[in-house]
Amino acid sequence: MLVIPCPLCGERPYTEFHYGGDASKRRPALGGAELRAWHDYLFLFDNPKGPHREYWQHHQGCRQWLLVVRNTATNEVGEVILARHAGTGAGAGPGAR
Amino acid sequence: MYRYSLSRLVRHALSDRPWPRAWRQAKPRSHYDVLIIGGGGHGLATAYYLAANHGVQRVAVVERAHIGAGNVGRNTTLVRSNYMMKGNTEFFEFSLQLWEGLSRELNFNVMLSQRGQIVLAHAPAQMDALARRGNIMRLNGIDAELLERAQVRRLLPYLDYSSAARFPVLGGLLQGRAGTVRHDAVAWGYARAADSLGVDIIEGCEVTGFVQDQSGVRGVETNRGRIRADRVAIAVAGHSSQVAALAGLRLPIESHLLQAFVTEPIKPFVNHVISFGAELFYISQSDKGGLVFGGHIDGFNNYTQRGQLPQVRRVAECAVALIPGISRLKLLRHWAGIQDMTPDGGPFICRTPIRHLYLNGGWCYQGFKATPAVGWCLAATIAHDEEHPLVRCYALDRFARGAASLDEYGHGHRPYRH
Repeated sequence: MLVIPCPLCGERPYTEFHYGGDASKRRPALGGAELRAWHDYLFLFDNPKGPHREYWQHHQGCRQWLLVVRNTATNEVGEVILARHAGTGAGAGPGAR
Repeated sequence: MYRYSLSRLVRHALSDRPWPRAWRQAKPRSHYDVLIIGGGGHGLATAYYLAANHGVQRVAVVERAHIGAGNVGRNTTLVRSNYMMKGNTEFFEFSLQLWEGLSRELNFNVMLSQRGQIVLAHAPAQMDALARRGNIMRLNGIDAELLERAQVRRLLPYLDYSSAARFPVLGGLLQGRAGTVRHDAVAWGYARAADSLGVDIIEGCEVTGFVQDQSGVRGVETNRGRIRADRVAIAVAGHSSQVAALAGLRLPIESHLLQAFVTEPIKPFVNHVISFGAELFYISQSDKGGLVFGGHIDGFNNYTQRGQLPQVRRVAECAVALIPGISRLKLLRHWAGIQDMTPDGGPFICRTPIRHLYLNGGWCYQGFKATPAVGWCLAATIAHDEEHPLVRCYALDRFARGAASLDEYGHGHRPYRH
C-alpha cells in the first residue's frame, strides 16, 4: 500500500490523505495572463511516468497540505515537505474535494 | 480469410488438421499509407474499418507488446448506451448498434450477450435523475425503461429489500439492449478481419519517436527501425501522454489506475448487469460463473497496473452492500488497467495541431464499449482528414473553445474526480 511519511505525523497509509493533484503547475497572475495560459494551467498535464510533484492533504491527521515527490511508475515516495514551505506561490491549496 | 463455419468446425473436429493461424506475423515494411500506434481494440478496429470502409491499401498497426495486452483485456466487458450528454448519447448508441452486428461482420463470435443493464436508484432525487436520463435516451431512439421497486425486485430478487437496507432500492433504469461481450474476442476478431484485408499487425514494436518535417508527421521511429507513413494515429489510451510527448504535444490527460475483480465461479445467479446507485460500482456474471465487478479509480495518477488494497476493500464493501448473499464468496483475481482521465470525462477522437497526426485517447471508463464506434469514426477521420460528424464533440481544443460539456456527472475539471 502507498505509505506517505508525513513530516508531522510519521508514516501513514494514503487513505488518511486527500489527493490534491499536480504541484508543478503555476497559477497565472490574476488579470494579466492570456486566456491560453489559464487553459494550460487548468486543463493540460505533463502526466509523467516517473517522478511527480504533487499535493496531498493529511485530512485525518495534522490537516496540513504536503508536497510529495512520488514516482508514478512505481509509487515509490521520495521527498515530503509541508506545502507552505515549498514557496510555490500556488495560493491556498489546490482545492479540497 | 479462412472462414469459420459450422461445417469447418465439424471437419476439424473429425480430423487432426490444426486450425490455421488467425493472422500473419507481419514484419514492418518501409512505408505505409496509415500507421496506427497501439494494437488494442481501438487500434485494431480502426485498421479494420480503414481497409473495409475506405479501401486504404497499406495499413499497419504497431504494438509494443502483443495485441490485446492492454485495456481491451482488462475491462469488465460491459456494453451499453445509456449516456445523457449530447454527443455521448449518439456516439455510444452508434457503438452499440455496431456491437449488435459485429460477430457476423467479423466472422468471429464476440459473444455479445444483451442481458440488460439496470442502474439502481436509492433516493427520490435519483429516480428523478434516472427518469430524465431515460427520457433523453428514448428521445434519441434508445431503449430505456424506468422500473419501480417491485419491478426491480422481480428481476433482481437477491438485492437487499429489508427494512434494514442501508441503501433501500427505490427503482431503476433498464436498458435491455445493454450487456456484455467477450473482450479478448474483440481484439482477436478485429485483428483477424483486418489481417485478411491486408493490414500488417506488427507486435513487439515500440514507437520511440516521430519522423516530422515542416509538413507534419511523416512516420515513426521504432525499436525495429524507422517506418514511414503518410498518416499516423495514436491509440494507446493509458499512455497517450507519453506517446504524444514524443511528438511534442501536451494533452489534457492524467493517467489513473482502475481495478477490476472476479470471484470464484458460482451457478447462474446475476442475470443482468447491475450498477449500484449509492456508489460507483457495477457487477455482472461471466459465462464461466465468476462475478465480475469494478468501482472507482484508485484516485491518484499512476502507471503501476497494480491496485491499492484499500480500494479492494471499498469495492468489496459495495458488492456486499448491494448483494448481501455474496459475502462468503472468495475473490479469485483482481487486476488493474491504466486509463487516460480527462477534465470532463470525455475522450478525444480528432486531428491534432500536428498535420497527419491523429489522436484517439482520453478514455475514462468507457473505452471498451466504444471500441467499434471508435474504429469506425477514427478510420473516417483519418481517411477524410476531417472529424467524423459523431466525434466532432471529442475535439482536443474543446476546453479552449468553451464547447458544450460532456461531463455526465458534473464533477468539474479535475481528472481524478471523474
